[in-house]
Amino acid sequence: MKLFEYESKALAQNLGINTPRGGLASTPDEARDIHKRIGGEAVIKAQVLVAGRGKAGGIKFGSKPEETRDRASEILSMTIKGEKVKKVLVEQKLAIKKELFGSIVLDRANKCQTVLASDQGGIDIEDVAKQSPEKILHHRLDPVFGMRGYDARQVGLKLGYTGQRLNALTDLLSNLYRLSVIYDAELVESNPLVETNDGKFVTADLRVIVDDNSLFRHPEFQERAKEASGEVTPLEAKARENGLAFVELDGDIGIMGNGAGLVMATLDMVNHYGGKPANFCDVGGGANAEHVATALQIIQGDPKVTRVFVNILAGITRCDEVAKGILDVKKVVGLKKPLVVRMQGTNFEEGKRILNSVGITTLEKMDEAAQLIVASKVA
Amino acid sequence: MTLLVGKHTRAIVQGITGNQGSFHTRLMLDYGTNIVAGVTPGKGGTSTQGLPVFDTVVSALEKNDANASIIFVPAPFAKEAGMEAIDAGLNPVVIITEMIPARDSMVLMAYAKEHGATIVGPNTPGVITPGEAKLGIMPGDAFSAGGVGVASRSGTLTYEIASYLTHAGIGQSTCLGIGGDPVTGLNFVDVLKMFRDDKSTSAVVLIGEIGGSAEEDAANYIAETHYPKPVAAYVAGRAAPPGKRMGHAGAIITGTEGTAHAKMKRFSEVGVLVAEVPSELPRLLQRQSAEIRVQ
Repeated sequence: MKLFEYESKALAQNLGINTPRGGLASTPDEARDIHKRIGGEAVIKAQVLVAGRGKAGGIKFGSKPEETRDRASEILSMTIKGEKVKKVLVEQKLAIKKELFGSIVLDRANKCQTVLASDQGGIDIEDVAKQSPEKILHHRLDPVFGMRGYDARQVGLKLGYTGQRLNALTDLLSNLYRLSVIYDAELVESNPLVETNDGKFVTADLRVIVDDNSLFRHPEFQERAKEASGEVTPLEAKARENGLAFVELDGDIGIMGNGAGLVMATLDMVNHYGGKPANFCDVGGGANAEHVATALQIIQGDPKVTRVFVNILAGITRCDEVAKGILDVKKVVGLKKPLVVRMQGTNFEEGKRILNSVGITTLEKMDEAAQLIVASKVA
Repeated sequence: MTLLVGKHTRAIVQGITGNQGSFHTRLMLDYGTNIVAGVTPGKGGTSTQGLPVFDTVVSALEKNDANASIIFVPAPFAKEAGMEAIDAGLNPVVIITEMIPARDSMVLMAYAKEHGATIVGPNTPGVITPGEAKLGIMPGDAFSAGGVGVASRSGTLTYEIASYLTHAGIGQSTCLGIGGDPVTGLNFVDVLKMFRDDKSTSAVVLIGEIGGSAEEDAANYIAETHYPKPVAAYVAGRAAPPGKRMGHAGAIITGTEGTAHAKMKRFSEVGVLVAEVPSELPRLLQRQSAEIRVQ
């Protein structure tokens, strides 16, 4: 779960991590009032979860409170990469000596956390990684003991710091690591991490991504996880409320299957034969009739869907349960879109019998079914 | 020789009294797997599927001789269940449980490494040596005994591909799911090493997906070691949009790393046969073995 910058910074402040003075505004007037309170020049930043807001014009500056109000008004009317801006963070503009990049990421290949840091902060770090990878230092952390003081010092030293400033940077990195542990973060990233003219280190920007699998032990995120605003489309939110792994895509062929890998392969195959999937929908292992019916109703309720491909390779899942789910939809609300069903595996004879008895054809081979759904005429 | 599981396997099931644990214990027994006991805290002294249930792994081993474990316990308890199996000297440990926090997996894998234990998973369909034994939830009838080793990051897609191979008359030596989570015990390189040294494996199929760098690492390993056996691969997720989670926690594309196209390209560069659709894999393997015979 991605946290907004302002949420990430609130967590950081509780751990004594320096963040710029400022406040959160939902209206231009609130933005102006925050600027009045903090003084100096202000930076106004769109609070969105998508990356690349700077390039999209979601970060602006105001030299006076009235200007900040106008800039905030502009940003609050923006939609960045499909995400509507609802709030802006108004912060004091920092006296920047240097912009660094610092992050603690889950390093899946090495099964540990790794510190990535660079003295080339403030710009897109993916660009730095591509053009001059040697400018990003990697420092692996022990998976059990984590970041020791000397790990942080070594990183600071390599970034070119000594004396008081090295100590200050070491403290900040240690605290960012602490944040990652306390909140089970798979990513804590500050870019830029600013060295100010008066020798402080401040997280001018901060992104935190919490490991979804750890949410059960974080009651503090329960409400937030429910909202998960901006991260998902309304259709995705509805599907996920119903326990489906669902991603909305922009094609017209609705897809439902069991198992993430199989559904991904189904999308690929539909693409391969020239079709365009409207969604990724995994009903999971052992889905019952009710679950299948819910999934099918959500998919056929999507106005851009012209036809639906159900691809089931049953192991734990049973084909007769899937067939009953489809039948329930047919009886209760009706099948609104043409359907191609591929079924194989556990109880497939029974599943086939149920569907054939109401005039729904089933196929056994995924390739044939994919070609059929792509070729089928839109009603 | 058989990899990880076979006739020699004597397994316990941790979390045997739950729905999944109990159901799959039945199916594993039916397949011919030698399962000797189960463990569920608080259920010691009862029995499930005709097997005695114990409160701890140690107490199960006092009365039974076992050398492997398969774990179905819920995610919040999976890390400790894994450690309990490792402490008792069980190896391999197959973890079916999904949605385990990455930090827990990280610590568990470090613990396994320190103790020399092999972890399959988490979030895996498990491992099967067709015709001998399975520690997992895969449908046994999709598989048949033979010479192709299969390693996969997915569940149902593995059954799909195994059944293509089986229908084409291509049997499998061992099939295992490395797991769909970001942090897993085995990666493709580990499995490629096992298949290289396994006399019953003559060719390898890798089933990858978007996210992470397991496929790229495998490709680099194949190139660097002039891998001695033919390798074919399929990578799922070409139609996946960047930054979206496609069911598996590990399958997030970040930047350019981890796209299906990048992975397929890298595989092709090092001589791996790459299938456009999963059903192509049998043909690729048959063509390759024909070429080897000609040489």
